[in-house]
Amino acid sequence: MTTRTAEEAPVAGREELISGSEAIAQACALADIDVVTAYPIRPYDTVMQFLSRLIADGALKCEFIVAESEHSQFEIVKHASAVGARTFVGSSGVGWFYALEAIAVTAGLRLPVVALVGNRALDDPGAFGCEHNDALAVRDLGWLMNWVSTGQEALDTALIAWRVAEDPRVFLPCAISADGAFLTHSQQIVRVPDKRLVDRFLPPYNRGDLQLHPDNPITIAPQVNEDWLMEMRKQTDAAMRRSRDVIIEAYLDFNRIFHRDLTPFTEEYMTEDAEVILVGVGTLALPIKVAVRRLREQGQKVGFLRLKWFRPFPMPEVQKALSKAKAVGVIDRDYSFGSPMHGGVLAHEVRSALYDVEPRVPVVNFVAGLGGREITQPFAREMFAITQQAAQSGASDTQTHWIGVRENQE
Amino acid sequence: MTTYAVEVVYRGIFQRTLSRNICRGIVLAAHKGGKIGTAFGRYGDSPERNGIPAKYFAVVADDQLELEESLAKYEPKEVDVTICVDDTLCKGVESWAWYGLQPINALTKEGGALLVTSKQAADALLEDIHRKGMPYRLAIVSGPASFSGLWVYKDDHTDVRILGALARVCPGLVSMEAYEQVIQEIWSNEAKVRSARRSYDQTRVRPVEPAEGNTSVPFSFTKPGWTQMREALTIVGVPQGAGFRGGQGGFQPARSEVFKKFSTRTMRPIVNFQTCTKCTLCWLQCPDSCFDVTPDGRYDANLEACCGCGVCADVCPVADCVTMVNEAHFNDNSSQYDWFQRDKDGYLRWLTETVAQQKGEQRSHGFHHWGQYKEEIAAAAAASEAGHDN
Repeated sequence: MTTRTAEEAPVAGREELISGSEAIAQACALADIDVVTAYPIRPYDTVMQFLSRLIADGALKCEFIVAESEHSQFEIVKHASAVGARTFVGSSGVGWFYALEAIAVTAGLRLPVVALVGNRALDDPGAFGCEHNDALAVRDLGWLMNWVSTGQEALDTALIAWRVAEDPRVFLPCAISADGAFLTHSQQIVRVPDKRLVDRFLPPYNRGDLQLHPDNPITIAPQVNEDWLMEMRKQTDAAMRRSRDVIIEAYLDFNRIFHRDLTPFTEEYMTEDAEVILVGVGTLALPIKVAVRRLREQGQKVGFLRLKWFRPFPMPEVQKALSKAKAVGVIDRDYSFGSPMHGGVLAHEVRSALYDVEPRVPVVNFVAGLGGREITQPFAREMFAITQQAAQSGASDTQTHWIGVRENQE
Repeated sequence: MTTYAVEVVYRGIFQRTLSRNICRGIVLAAHKGGKIGTAFGRYGDSPERNGIPAKYFAVVADDQLELEESLAKYEPKEVDVTICVDDTLCKGVESWAWYGLQPINALTKEGGALLVTSKQAADALLEDIHRKGMPYRLAIVSGPASFSGLWVYKDDHTDVRILGALARVCPGLVSMEAYEQVIQEIWSNEAKVRSARRSYDQTRVRPVEPAEGNTSVPFSFTKPGWTQMREALTIVGVPQGAGFRGGQGGFQPARSEVFKKFSTRTMRPIVNFQTCTKCTLCWLQCPDSCFDVTPDGRYDANLEACCGCGVCADVCPVADCVTMVNEAHFNDNSSQYDWFQRDKDGYLRWLTETVAQQKGEQRSHGFHHWGQYKEEIAAAAAASEAGHDN
């Protein structure tokens, strides 16, 4: 590498003890968002609290609109994004569902709204704990989707999210998922980068001739019939396909500018020579990685694959990481009742991704941690043990294991 | 390679910011020494509710790898130090987040420490604190239950006095010098640094023997398996109840056997059954239906069900008939009416004395006149200046 000029030298930024929600709010300030809309629901509401504070402290200048419901909340950012505003929005659980009509069309209209989903179980029963079915409701609609597992990753990924979503080759909204409680509400030391570096990484949002403006008269969202819609869907499909390269580019730039070494789509943890690999998203990575370390100390060849991005699904990375394994166990913090394996969403996707891999890798499905139930070390070891059995038998076990569900008491 | 965990047991709303300040102080001070940590509230708690017991945690480790063992959890399995910022919580805690009554020292490690803010002496506290069965240490930061965590009230230095005492009871976690540095950085207040140092210098630690403590068995509850639970998110209603103590006269509502709520209480009503006019107001207005109607038409506060809100005392039209008094002075939930029946004179003598001594001695959710906290804050500041008296 050539010598850097003073202007290119790394700017240290600052360290702060902040929660995952605060990290997202800090990213909003760094990205200098124009419009944020809010409607309270736990655990997402902590982000709006921190944003209010940043605005009150003068650290962020933007339109902060508290809507009368989530539906309006997501409608407003959709329109703001159409006129060229950089936007942020978010919700949790049934709040996200209440906005679903607006959420669905945001992708169709190719509006690069960035949203935080503070993952929460869908009420009823009233429950705050983490489940992933809220975010997963939009998995088919053209939203870019990812899951973060630490406060630092939340901040980093938010910056990357605007960069990818607002790229003219993409113009798709992006939902960042953060596990309720475990990430949204726990404070860790996070390095907040210098704004000057962020400006170098994140160009202004330029919608070009798609921007709704008096000087650029256009109609958005006309009524169409069967002659038009399929082509429009194909455009969204093409944008989602293109997003893969844009994501890779963004991570390369991110690493260069902030002097980091992030991998774009997945985190592989001791998978290199692993015979048995568990797969999952979000904060469950933390206890599973601890279990991997402990089992490795006992000489067991185990590993963990964390999907950072879920849409676009990182097909090549998943195939590459898992194809050499003797068996794969997929952990779903979600459910898909009545699905082929009566299991979770992620397991069916991973199983589909491995269909063409020769020889075909046995896949086991675990449903765990629902309602925010902790994934403990015994649960992690149980999942590895069951997957090891599949490795020995060489066959997929399609019954789906519920880990940590309370069986009958005496 | 050592991981330290500290919990702060506090009362919802009133002390949430106080607990957060303490745990953030720990993690930031540890970071000065090159360690990393995390601070978080117990998510299942409902600390937006007045006075409900809740927890905040600080976990500090040597490096990220080690810290990961403690992340993505609701609470540590055990802690080096339990900090209790309201001594009535020493009777045990029952929050929305767990079932049954959890002893205050349930998570305290063998050899660990329990640090309590209290005006009581250690022996009096040990009448409330459940027997641990293993040795640990008890330290007291002298003072009332602080409200400095409530944003509308003034800072009484309780947060930094706890940090100072913590440096004394758990020196391996963070040094006093690091706390001083962080306190100065956060608050830019020399007086707070001095308060912390004074607390460090004056904190005395009392060893607690395995057999010491309250021997009563905390109530507990076994959760059913999924096939034993009713379908369709339904729970059976509590039945209507029957006569007083199961007899023919009076009325006693049926109550949940597994959710009692009394650990939310910092003040309890005491009733003068002789001056009671049977007007029914306390019974009607009690939001928790905690009054049992006696066969002779009086109202006995059932102290397993009472969370100490004080509405009964406010609506009672008779002077000193229902009086809220400091919960810290009691060791059980036995019936006042039963005592009154057994020994009228003895009960009334005790009642008159207690009302005379404690009327106006208020705690937590017991502010009954404007400016009351201002008076208390002066006392708290004086306590901080004077240091510990035990």
